[in-house]
Amino acid sequence: MDISKDLIAASSTPLVLAILAEEDSYGYAIIKRVRELSGGHIEWTDGMLYPVLHRLERLGYIKARWGVAETGRQRKYYRLTATGRSQLEKEQAQWHAVTATLRGIWGTTRFLTAGPLFAGA
Amino acid sequence: MSSPELTAPLEAQIERWRSYLARRRAVHAVDVAELEDHLREQIGALTTAGLSTDEAFLVAVKRMGELDGLSREFAREHSERLWKQLVLTSSDGGAPARDVRRDGIVAFALAVVAAMLVKMPGLFGASMDSDEGFYAQNAPFFVFPLLTGFFVWKRGLATRTVRWLIAGFVIAGFVANLYPLAPGGHVMALAILHLPIALWLLVGVAYAGGRWAQTAGRMDFVRFTGELFIYYVLIALGGGVLTGFTAMIFEAAGLKIEWFFQQWLVPCGAAGAVIVAAWLVEAKQSVIENMAPVLARIFTPLFTAVILVFLGTLVVTGRGVDIARNVLIAFDILLVLVLGLLLYSVSARDTEAPPGPFDALQITLLVLALVADAIALQAIVGRIGEFGFTPNRVAALGENVVLLVNLAWSAVLYVRFVRGRGSFAALEQWQTRYLPVYAIWAAFVVAGFPLIFGYQ
Repeated sequence: MDISKDLIAASSTPLVLAILAEEDSYGYAIIKRVRELSGGHIEWTDGMLYPVLHRLERLGYIKARWGVAETGRQRKYYRLTATGRSQLEKEQAQWHAVTATLRGIWGTTRFLTAGPLFAGA
Repeated sequence: MSSPELTAPLEAQIERWRSYLARRRAVHAVDVAELEDHLREQIGALTTAGLSTDEAFLVAVKRMGELDGLSREFAREHSERLWKQLVLTSSDGGAPARDVRRDGIVAFALAVVAAMLVKMPGLFGASMDSDEGFYAQNAPFFVFPLLTGFFVWKRGLATRTVRWLIAGFVIAGFVANLYPLAPGGHVMALAILHLPIALWLLVGVAYAGGRWAQTAGRMDFVRFTGELFIYYVLIALGGGVLTGFTAMIFEAAGLKIEWFFQQWLVPCGAAGAVIVAAWLVEAKQSVIENMAPVLARIFTPLFTAVILVFLGTLVVTGRGVDIARNVLIAFDILLVLVLGLLLYSVSARDTEAPPGPFDALQITLLVLALVADAIALQAIVGRIGEFGFTPNRVAALGENVVLLVNLAWSAVLYVRFVRGRGSFAALEQWQTRYLPVYAIWAAFVVAGFPLIFGYQ
């Protein structure tokens, strides 16, 4: 199953914020975590994560700092800020509303492709 | 996850990838470092999973995403970066930024001093309205010594050179004010026009630092001059808007402040702007592409076409050049423009590059300009007895000869280069070696003409 680009883009902010809410992390680990959590359904082009991280940093949701990895390399770590935490709560509320709505409609009309909605037309 | 032994070829591959990425203007060095950390981690994981380093590198790069797309995303998020290169405040790279700021403070201080110098004669009873001649004659002295001082300070010039420069300015100051030239007379007008050209040489010596003897040092000065001119024009445009706007709002309040413009804003601004513009050129020389060569490229074909049509018209109509009063000046201007086009094309050209179509065009322009000038000169020389030697005519004629020599030999050297019999460096060398000739001729007009033609 391929998830559409739009959906991936839309979910990137809450996903990154949620992962950073667990613990401070860095680009590669975030992508790995996304892959684990989604069971491989959400595949990001690795590089594209970084502009997203930079955007979230600009918005003040996360904060970056340079540290040293266990390999001895310089590594940029990201941490969730208080603003980021409240943003995450907002995002959660929004996504809950969206999924609840979808679940509501999908609970009543079972067959999306069978066409009962359009058959009468 | 620790990366296993990274082999030398892999390091080379990563290095190449990094340099590709670093070339994108929207991706900064820190981002490259961040992405590189990611790439190495990914390669490490893949090799641990059993891939060879080559395969791991390919997969990791593929997962990272296409560089074009990636740099587009970075550009979208950091669009200011593409423009930041046009602004001086650089946030990354500490030392250069500090240098730029320090230079800026010094330049602005000097600009203020220049503005004050402009007003100084006022303290001794000189008025900008009634002593126009004095101001016009001494205008370069309000700015050039300070500009020279700026470069002396910045380049850390040797004391000996500094002494020569001071001597040059002092002597020029005496010469400019020694002769009792009649205000509004031809000789004075010529002196006013030529003094800055002569003094510009002193600025050049200071600008080049210890490299005035070298072709490269002088060529840098030529570039600097072109860019300075462009910046100055831009600042002047901004100043014009500021002046107009100020006049309008004060007018609205019922106040006439023309006197402020004439006495303060325009003269002081014009003096200070030279130094500010010079500092801008200095600070930006490596940051953005130079404008003067771009303009030269645009206008070379256009000027070539104009002269070609002009010569064609002469041939078809059978007319000669009518030696009216200003015709020689017009041809002087033509030669100056051609020289400018040549100089700035030369300054931006890669000396190692083989001859191309633009070189052919440049030669065409040179030859056509020389032919046009020869026609004009011939007409003048034939009738010079009739007209007599006035200061203006001698100055124009002298300038014409000086320019003609420069351009004619340039044409010869250029043709040699295109034919593969000479190097481009020879042309460059000729151009830069010739520069002092202009200053010497200008100095002669300032210092010698009053002796020959009197003070009128």
